Amino acid sequence: MRNKYSVFSLIKNALSYHENWQRAWKDPAPKKEYDAVIVGGGGHGLATAYYLAKKHNMNNIAVVEKGWIGGGNTGRNTTIIRSNYLWDASAGLYDHALKIWEGLSQELNYNVMFSQRGVMNLAHNLQDVRDLKRRTHANRLNGIDAVYLSTEEVKKFCPIINTSPDIRYPVLGGTLQRRAGTARHDAVAWGYARGADAMGVDIIQNCEVKGIKRNGDSVEGIETTKGFIKTKKVGVVAAGHSSVIANMAGLRLPLESKPLQALVSEPVKPIIDTVVMSNAVHAYVSQSDKGELVIGAGTDDYVSYTQKGSHQIVEGTLNAILELYPIFSRMRMLRQWGGIVDICPDASPILSKTSIKGLYFNCGWGTGGFKATPGSGDLFAHTIANDEPHKLNAAFNLNRFVSGDLVDEHGAAAVAH
Amino acid sequence: MFLINCPYCGERDQQEFKAGGEAHIERPKQPTELSDDEWAEYLFMRKNIKGVQFERWNHAHGCRKWFNMVRDTSNDEIKAIYKMGEKPPAQ
Repeated sequence: MRNKYSVFSLIKNALSYHENWQRAWKDPAPKKEYDAVIVGGGGHGLATAYYLAKKHNMNNIAVVEKGWIGGGNTGRNTTIIRSNYLWDASAGLYDHALKIWEGLSQELNYNVMFSQRGVMNLAHNLQDVRDLKRRTHANRLNGIDAVYLSTEEVKKFCPIINTSPDIRYPVLGGTLQRRAGTARHDAVAWGYARGADAMGVDIIQNCEVKGIKRNGDSVEGIETTKGFIKTKKVGVVAAGHSSVIANMAGLRLPLESKPLQALVSEPVKPIIDTVVMSNAVHAYVSQSDKGELVIGAGTDDYVSYTQKGSHQIVEGTLNAILELYPIFSRMRMLRQWGGIVDICPDASPILSKTSIKGLYFNCGWGTGGFKATPGSGDLFAHTIANDEPHKLNAAFNLNRFVSGDLVDEHGAAAVAH
Repeated sequence: MFLINCPYCGERDQQEFKAGGEAHIERPKQPTELSDDEWAEYLFMRKNIKGVQFERWNHAHGCRKWFNMVRDTSNDEIKAIYKMGEKPPAQ
C-alpha cells in the first residue's frame, strides 16, 4: 500500500526526523516473464508503464533502465512545455500532453512543479513575423491559445529584453502561449515511477538491454545484463540510443543521434518570470526556482554519442543571449552538459508499431521531447496495449517515411532543431 | 569539438567543417524502378552507429572539398580519413 503524500504525512515524518519515509519505488530483480517490457526508464518510458497499468490493466510489466531512472535526457533538458506547433497532427499530440500536464501533480500525488508561466517566441526578421503570425492562426484554429505580440507588447511582457531597433537582430514581434511553461524534470520521472510501482510495475535499474530475441517476425524476449527476460511485447523508449536497440532487432530507423547542450548560470534573484525562445538567433532562456538561468543551446551537426558537444555551439548561444539581454553581461555560468537527441528527417517523433510483431518504438523526439512526456506515455501505452495507434499518434507512424506523408515540423515549430 | 586532418589542407578545427552524414550510400542506378520501400531506405534510413562509423565531411570554411572519415561516435576519435572515390580502409 502506498502512503499518500500530504501536509499530514509531512508533519508526521518530521516528528521522526524524516528517517522513516516509505520507499517511493521498490528495487526488484527481474521476473522470468512479463506481459510487456519497456526499454528505457526516462520520463516517456515510465509514463508509458504508468498508463499501461492504469488505463489498460497491464500490471505484469517491467521498465528496464541501463543507468538510473531519469538520468538520461529527462534530467538533461531545459524543461520547457508548450503546444504551439504548426501542423494539425503535432498540435493534437502536444496539446494532448499539455492537457495532462495541467492535472498531473494531483493525479500522481507528486508535485511536478508545473508552472504555466507562458512561453514567448520572438521574431527577428520579416519572414519570422510571417511564420509566427501564420502559426498563431493555425494554433487558434486547433483550439490552442496563442497571441501575436508587437515589439512593445514583447517589451511589456518581458522588460529585460533589448528591443532597441539598432541591434543586429532586432525584435520585430513575438508569439505568446500563456498555458505553456516549465516543470521539474526529475520530479516527472520520480512521480511516474512511484505511480507505476504502486500499481505493480517492476522498475529495474542498472539493467542494460544487450539483445532482442526474435522468433521469425515476432518478439520473444530481451537479453539484458541481468539475464534473459521473456516477453511478447517490447516498447523501446531509448531516445538517443533508439538506433542501437533497433540494430539489435535488425531494424533500421530514420534517425541521427546528435549532442544537444544546455547550461545554467549561477543562481540570482527572480529576473525573468517566463520562458523566452528565439529561433533565429538560437537563444532560449528561463529561470529555475533555484534562481539559475536555464539556457538551451543547439545541436552539433555530426552523429555522436559522447554527451559533450562543441564549445562554439555554447558560445553562439551566449552571444545571442547577451545581445537580447544586456543585463546578463556579468552573469557567470555554473554548469554545462550535453544529451544525445535522436532526430528524424521531419523533426517529428515516431510512436509506432514496426515490421516485427510485438516490437514498438517511441523515439525521434529530437530536441523537444520533454514537453510531450505525459501524452507520449499515454498514447504509446494505447499503441502497445491495443497493437494499434491512437488517433492522436496515427500520423506519427514509421511508415510515413515510405508513404511520404511526413509531419514536417522542421523550421515550422517555432524552434530550430 | 575535435581536430580534423583535411586531406587537402591539413589539420584544422572541426568548426571549419560540415558533417555530411553516413558515407557510401549509393544513389540508385535505376531510380524509376525503385519501390517506395527502397526509396525510403535510400532517403531516410540510417545506421546511426554507436561505435565506428563511415561518414562524409566537407571542409566548408576551407577548401570546400568533400572527403570520407572513419570515426568512433562513442568517443569522437577519428580512425581514418580518405578521399572521395578511394576505397574505405578495412575495419
